[in-house]
Amino acid sequence: MIELASITKTYRSRQGDPIHAIEDVSLAIKEKEFVSLVGPSGCGKSTLLKLVAGLVTPTRGVVRIRGTEVREPFPDVGIVFQSAVLLPWRTVLDNVLFSIEMLGLRADSHRDRALSLIELAGLAGFERKYPWELSGGMQQRVAICRALVHDPSILLMDEPFGALDAMTREEMGLELLRLWEERRKTILFVTHSIPEAILLSDRVVVMTPRPGRLARVLDVQLPRPRTVEMEFDARFKDHSDEIRRLIFARRQEPAHARRA
Amino acid sequence: MLAALERRLRPVLLPTGVLLGTLVVWEIAWRIFNVPRFVVPLPSGILAETWAWRGYLLTHSWVTLYETLAGFALSIAVGTPLAVMLVYSPVLRSALYPLLVVTQAVPKVAIAPVLLLLLGAGEVSKVVIAFLVAFFPIVVNTATGLAATPPELLDLSRSYRASRLKTFIKVRFPMALPFFFSGLKVAVTLSVIGAVVGEFVGSDKGLGYVIVSATSYWKSNLAFAAMLLLSVMAVGLFGLVELVERLVCPWYALAREQQEVVEELSVKDLEKIRAAAG
Ligand SMILES: Nc1ncnc2c1ncn2[C@@H]1O[C@H](COP(=O)(O)OP(=O)(O)O)[C@@H](O)[C@H]1O
Ligand SMILES: [Mg+2]
Repeated sequence: MIELASITKTYRSRQGDPIHAIEDVSLAIKEKEFVSLVGPSGCGKSTLLKLVAGLVTPTRGVVRIRGTEVREPFPDVGIVFQSAVLLPWRTVLDNVLFSIEMLGLRADSHRDRALSLIELAGLAGFERKYPWELSGGMQQRVAICRALVHDPSILLMDEPFGALDAMTREEMGLELLRLWEERRKTILFVTHSIPEAILLSDRVVVMTPRPGRLARVLDVQLPRPRTVEMEFDARFKDHSDEIRRLIFARRQEPAHARRA
Repeated sequence: MLAALERRLRPVLLPTGVLLGTLVVWEIAWRIFNVPRFVVPLPSGILAETWAWRGYLLTHSWVTLYETLAGFALSIAVGTPLAVMLVYSPVLRSALYPLLVVTQAVPKVAIAPVLLLLLGAGEVSKVVIAFLVAFFPIVVNTATGLAATPPELLDLSRSYRASRLKTFIKVRFPMALPFFFSGLKVAVTLSVIGAVVGEFVGSDKGLGYVIVSATSYWKSNLAFAAMLLLSVMAVGLFGLVELVERLVCPWYALAREQQEVVEELSVKDLEKIRAAAG
């Protein structure tokens, strides 16, 4: 459904020097698939999400969604960032409806959908609260509802639980899975946490340090529905060892080889 | 409940107490050491003089007030769109920003006489001086606020293909309001100063004129009365801007208060935990 064909993205620094963020990445993501991206910071994970969203254009290569080339942003995506970035003057409900308003759709015809999403996210009773009255985890749930309210078929999540404490983080991951079982989307999920990537995804994409290339695409061999107990499964440990090896192998190369 | 009331009143009561104490010490010290009244008058004398000249003072206060407000209004009307242009257009930013900084480097007191020469000794020159001192903080604060929009929100708006105008109205400007208002608070007090500086340089109206003419006749009671009214005006206008801020962006003040309560609670909790442990 999402197809990245030999994508290279080179930014220019303020001084005009090229910054090779991504080099020659090809990847195909199937409809309703849950794919995680892991890799050291600066390896172009956020850039990859923005390429899929049409917010950034590739230097070389093409991004296709259902066979159509992406040249500009399109409304069939929902985006969740590391920070919730809610609008402080809007209630939970109005923050969720923000997407609808920005899309130029009628807010009142989406109100019921927004309310049922809020309930599904475990925020029933908080519809009229303001962001500063919510915990970090709750704010992030609102951000997820905001990304889903227009029913996009693709959900892009850039380290969505990165700012939460470990316990909230685990809980949110499982809830995201529950939400995903209920409303199937194609999810591209960036994370720093290897266990999180394995526990949530169908496939884990491991990227190399800058310039980001694909080191390996790994099929997760765990059955669904996933549970926390699977972290003790032998296959879980195998996956996690392999990803660690891929990431740390690069780090141990001599410094001059990496700089080149 | 009482504690909450105390917390709310403390910021008002403490400074008021300090002020009253200072006035009492001033009055007593002056009577004991017999300081010449025409140099620095007694607080009681100033109050009596204010009352005696109330009609005269009110007329002149009104002139200064409206010069101030006109200059302030003009600085909002010019400063806000200018800030928007600076943020949205890199070309304008590199063309205008250095010039703006240069205009601010020129001391306003130095150009006041020139402006009076150009615009005459009437109210217009005072309004322009008030405007010139007030608009810079509005431009800088508003531009800073607009530039501080979280990039995620801009990406999000762009992904919905919302127009730049819509993004400005629904996201960027409301997000920048707290910055805008802190600019206004600086600007409004500066406008008072600007108007008075203009009146000092040359006029026959306004509280600045009252101060100049009263001191030249050794009527220091009257000069101090005018200063008192000027301070009241500046503080009042500042309070008014703060009130409007609370009405326009209540979420900002509420979020701040919430934060304070949370901090206070956690300190108290800590004490409780310590008490339980020890
Ligand atoms: N708009 C931009 N302009 C210039 N360089 C950028 C820009 N966005 C990202 N980069 C650079 O590209 C590289 C990859 O960034 P990013 O995609 O954010 O990585 P990640 O999300 O994996 O940490 C980084 O070195 C970053 O500094
Ligand atoms: Mg990133």
